[in-house]
Amino acid sequence: MLEVKDLHASVAGKDILKGLSLHIKPGEVHAIMGPNGSGKSTLSNVLAGRDGYEITSGEALFNGVSVADMLPEERARAGIFLAFQYPVEIPGVSNMEFLKSSMEAIYTARGQEPLDAVTLLRKAREVCKLVDLDQQFLKRGVNEGFSGGEKKRNEIMQMLLLEPRLALLDETDSGLDIDALQVVAKGVNSLRSPERSIVLVTHYQRLLDYIVPDFVHVLAGGRIIKSGGKELAHELEDKGYSWLEGHDA
Amino acid sequence: MSNQAELDKLVRSEYSAGFTTSVESDTLPPGLNEGVIRFISEKKGEPDWVLEWRLAAYKKWLEMKTPTWAHIHHPPIDFNEVSYYSAPRSMADKPQSLDEVDPELLRTYEKLGIPLHEQEMLAGVAVDAVFDSVSVATTFRSKLKESGVIFCPLSEAVHEYPELIKKYLGSVVPQGDNYYAALNSAVFSDGSFVYIPKGVRCPMELSTYFRINEAKTGQFERTLIIADEGSHVSYLEGCTAPQRDENQLHAAVVELIALPGATIKYSTVQNWYPGDAEGRGGIYNFVTKRGVCHDNAKISWTQVETGSAITWKYPSVILRGDNSIGEFYSVALTRNRQQADTGTKMIHLGKNTKSTIISKGISAGRSENAYRGLVRISPRAENARNFTQCDSLLIGDQCGAHTFPYIESRNPSATLEHEATTSKVSDDQLFLCRQRGIDPEKAVSMIVNGFCKEVFKELPMEFAVEAGKLLEVSLEGSVG
Repeated sequence: MLEVKDLHASVAGKDILKGLSLHIKPGEVHAIMGPNGSGKSTLSNVLAGRDGYEITSGEALFNGVSVADMLPEERARAGIFLAFQYPVEIPGVSNMEFLKSSMEAIYTARGQEPLDAVTLLRKAREVCKLVDLDQQFLKRGVNEGFSGGEKKRNEIMQMLLLEPRLALLDETDSGLDIDALQVVAKGVNSLRSPERSIVLVTHYQRLLDYIVPDFVHVLAGGRIIKSGGKELAHELEDKGYSWLEGHDA
Repeated sequence: MSNQAELDKLVRSEYSAGFTTSVESDTLPPGLNEGVIRFISEKKGEPDWVLEWRLAAYKKWLEMKTPTWAHIHHPPIDFNEVSYYSAPRSMADKPQSLDEVDPELLRTYEKLGIPLHEQEMLAGVAVDAVFDSVSVATTFRSKLKESGVIFCPLSEAVHEYPELIKKYLGSVVPQGDNYYAALNSAVFSDGSFVYIPKGVRCPMELSTYFRINEAKTGQFERTLIIADEGSHVSYLEGCTAPQRDENQLHAAVVELIALPGATIKYSTVQNWYPGDAEGRGGIYNFVTKRGVCHDNAKISWTQVETGSAITWKYPSVILRGDNSIGEFYSVALTRNRQQADTGTKMIHLGKNTKSTIISKGISAGRSENAYRGLVRISPRAENARNFTQCDSLLIGDQCGAHTFPYIESRNPSATLEHEATTSKVSDDQLFLCRQRGIDPEKAVSMIVNGFCKEVFKELPMEFAVEAGKLLEVSLEGSVG
């Protein structure tokens, strides 16, 4: 699904990722943890193609194709979904309108007929329910006046509707209370399937109590310094990141 | 490719209404003098008092100076290089029905999406089609007449309803009101006249479609709408012009009279040729629009301005009567080198008068977009209220947005609110859209449409869709 090889990337001329490698197979859930400034968010933004995030060497292949050769919208249509750490507001554009445009673009690219308005609305209502968002949110402007937690749940709602092949969740747990965290986790878990891969970028182990990963990687100084199973997260929780910093050569 | 590059790519768009109609025209040679005014008046077979009125306006105009206070820049206009009258030759014999109208003219309107044959028309919309200096056709007239509604070219109304014209022409925008209004009063050619009788709700939307075709020709139409007591009318105007390298002048006057209890809703979709990316050509649009509200009357202006090289217009409401209401909803989009200085004046004279101003300015490219608005509360306007909201949206970093609000309150019981915001189509918004698979072009137009939503919902439904599309087309050239 995703093959990242010795990836170097810079943001505004500053090197952030310094030789990151990662291999993700279909159906797997990977957690990427690490201290602030380790490059966690850079990784998801590089993969999604945000302006200003530049691959300087190495490569990232998504189903065998280098993402560097694809525009951000092409990556999205190929099935890469980024749940944003700070979802922006688009005033006056209703969530429903936004979902419809997004769905049309993605389905058309897949060679599928986009859902008709009635089916889309029904589906959208279902996923709203799943993430505990009132249906009124579909009529409101994208993230317009949403609370922090509502914005995050809105991201998960979009993800459930668009059914990506690779979901990147960039600190989706930050700023969530425990109830909201469980709701988000329920949404993400419902998406787990043998064809789909999920990358959880997080600072805290807490999220991983609810979404149990197959692999945990620790990122520091722009590289993965340790990988392991889900127990690695617990170890980190006990000992802190400083425990590993000696590993970084 | 970066968002900026994507936006840059959108730069060159075609102006879809930029074609020229080839018809033989009788066009006056350029130049302005008394003889020209007499010629126009004679061409229209006007009674003497109209000619006198024109000549008086011309005298005033000669003594006036071009206004310089607006935030626009252009070389001085040589008014002797403009032709003040042009009409398709085929219109000289005054066709009695659509069958007699030159098919080339009808095709022009069809191409613009305004079929004039009634069976093909948008149901429920009557159209007056003005081509250069004359009205080509006015549809649904007989149907309107059944309810007593008069909808005809102004040049005809002068003959058929002289008492109404005498009473109201220039009553809201006097001949010497301002430089361009004076010019218009001297040389006005055609325009629409509307009268809605007492208590009548006009059974359909009325609209006028203005088309400038002939080169080097100015269009100086005049529209007069009278809504008698308790009546109701919704009126829409649309404007386009061919793509030409030289600038063309458009100086119109619109007067609205809302008698006690009447409501006039006036919507404009202005898409005059805006000039090219380097700022060559385009219409100079200097327009005076004003309405007067008597007791309990309401006037609502809604405008979507996407065209013209220069837009200078301030649709205003004089709230003369008690409890009257004035509204102004505006979307002004500028791109390339377009300049817009537009806004409104709300003059509160009566008690308990209320006004609302919602202005959305969108600037792209190297354009300059200014909102200029005056809210005046006179000493006897007890309990007057105004709410003003001016939002500016910037696309790219070479354009300008300006807000010039003027507030004059001479009555302490007034309530005035003013809100203003400036924002940019942010990279984050664009990235969110693109990350969800949406094309950058579509994303920008979606973001801009969202920004304008409050204004679009004020447009008659058929035209709200039109306006959204127009914005999309216009935005295809948004950032340079």
